Amino acid sequence: MPKITYISNAGVSRTVDVPVGDTVMEGAVQNDVDGIVAECGGNCQCATCHVYVEEKFLPVLKPIAEDEDAMLETAASPRKSNSRLSCQLHVTPAFDGLVVHTPPTQQ
Amino acid sequence: MAVVIIGGGQGGFQTAASLRAEGYQERITLIGDEPGVPYQRPPLSKGFLLGKQEQRHAELRPAAFYETQRIDLLTGRVTAIDRVARRVKLDSGEQIEYDTLVLATGARNRPLPHEGVFYLRTLPEATEIRQRLAAAQDVVVIGGGFIGLEVAAAARTLGKQVTVVEGQPRLMARVVAPVVSEYFRGQHEAKGVDILLNAVLLGISEKEVLLEERTRRPADLVIAGIGVVPNVELAREAGLPVGNGITVDEYLRTPDERIFAIGDCAESPSMFAEDLCRLESVQNAVDQAACVAKANVGHRAPYGAVPWFWTDQYDIHLQMAGLPTGFDQVVTRGDPESRKFSVFYFRGGKLCAVDSVNRPADHLAARKLIGAHATVSPDQAKDESFDLKVSRAE
Repeated sequence: MPKITYISNAGVSRTVDVPVGDTVMEGAVQNDVDGIVAECGGNCQCATCHVYVEEKFLPVLKPIAEDEDAMLETAASPRKSNSRLSCQLHVTPAFDGLVVHTPPTQQ
Repeated sequence: MAVVIIGGGQGGFQTAASLRAEGYQERITLIGDEPGVPYQRPPLSKGFLLGKQEQRHAELRPAAFYETQRIDLLTGRVTAIDRVARRVKLDSGEQIEYDTLVLATGARNRPLPHEGVFYLRTLPEATEIRQRLAAAQDVVVIGGGFIGLEVAAAARTLGKQVTVVEGQPRLMARVVAPVVSEYFRGQHEAKGVDILLNAVLLGISEKEVLLEERTRRPADLVIAGIGVVPNVELAREAGLPVGNGITVDEYLRTPDERIFAIGDCAESPSMFAEDLCRLESVQNAVDQAACVAKANVGHRAPYGAVPWFWTDQYDIHLQMAGLPTGFDQVVTRGDPESRKFSVFYFRGGKLCAVDSVNRPADHLAARKLIGAHATVSPDQAKDESFDLKVSRAE
């Protein structure tokens, strides 16, 4: 199972196994990782699962769709070039070793 | 000090989670009448029916969350609220004392007066429908609202013959304008769904559904989504006022200052509607829960979140912001033929709601515009060169 590391704004790191097909958000929620709220449950409706993806992994991610792009504009923490909504990132084997940083605030 | 929450759905869960996030340190008891951990319902009529999502995807948090957050999760049915002694009584005989009580009792499906009908609200119900769908050929869906149409879309996607029976002259008539209803009818029909409007259901047998005017449709699975009834009985028996829901003030509080009601079961004043309103949505449950949690840690403020909703049918994403009640003018931005458009509703010249079909940026701009009570004219709304985001900054 791909391993994904979540690093909080305070620098706390958690590495968990996430099944292929699940989302990076679900990996956090199901393992009780702090820093990802996912208020709408992963429906690209709320921007509370915002993460900053480590640059070297950006090429393995699918491009940002129109709804994710619009939603990211409303995120509570600043949007950066590596900002993604983790509910839109479906894990593939290429995600093994992925590192994401959670933002200072989601709400 | 202790908070007791009755109802383990989205609103109940969020109240508990928000209380801890706000720094509330005392005891929290969350009482649900379903076994297991709280889960979200929206996927049950969408990805779950298609087999794309499983139970673990619907669960809001794992069991460990409730331990680390010190939230006592109880499965049981509350049978009475003793407001004088400030305690609730469970069917197990257990009694739990509260300082603050939050009623998040939700709603239940409105039943049809016929046997042999399946309803979709809970995980076990969705699981049974999913299993029966696998074996079914002819599916009849009673009700052309969100749930009915989502189920119809899932069943059709799975290759079933699908009929939707709707009593109103158009789909989703209670919540969207005719242009949106027509668009969705066209999309479902293009996928091969048989949509029967103005239909009157006479009976359901093992093999078919009988309608007025001698219309019959074969059916080996009948699923109804004809609305819900709020769970207000506990509140009523405790002597709290009840209208179309448990009646609360702008702070979501009943006349008993220790008892709040939120989500599907509550009717409250809204700055986006003319009358008391009771909304059935994730957004309403979540935001009302957060409002009550804040009030319990000393940050009391009236509830004022902009209502929003969504439904997914096939690859069509409909997002709604605001409340279109009492609208007297509608303009369309973009061309429905392009599969991307938004409908702006005005009440007395003031923007009150926006429905967006595959136009997420419009939807998010609309949430802000409506929340800011911004002035947008119908001419501006339909002019695609007019920037909705700029308007909000003015």
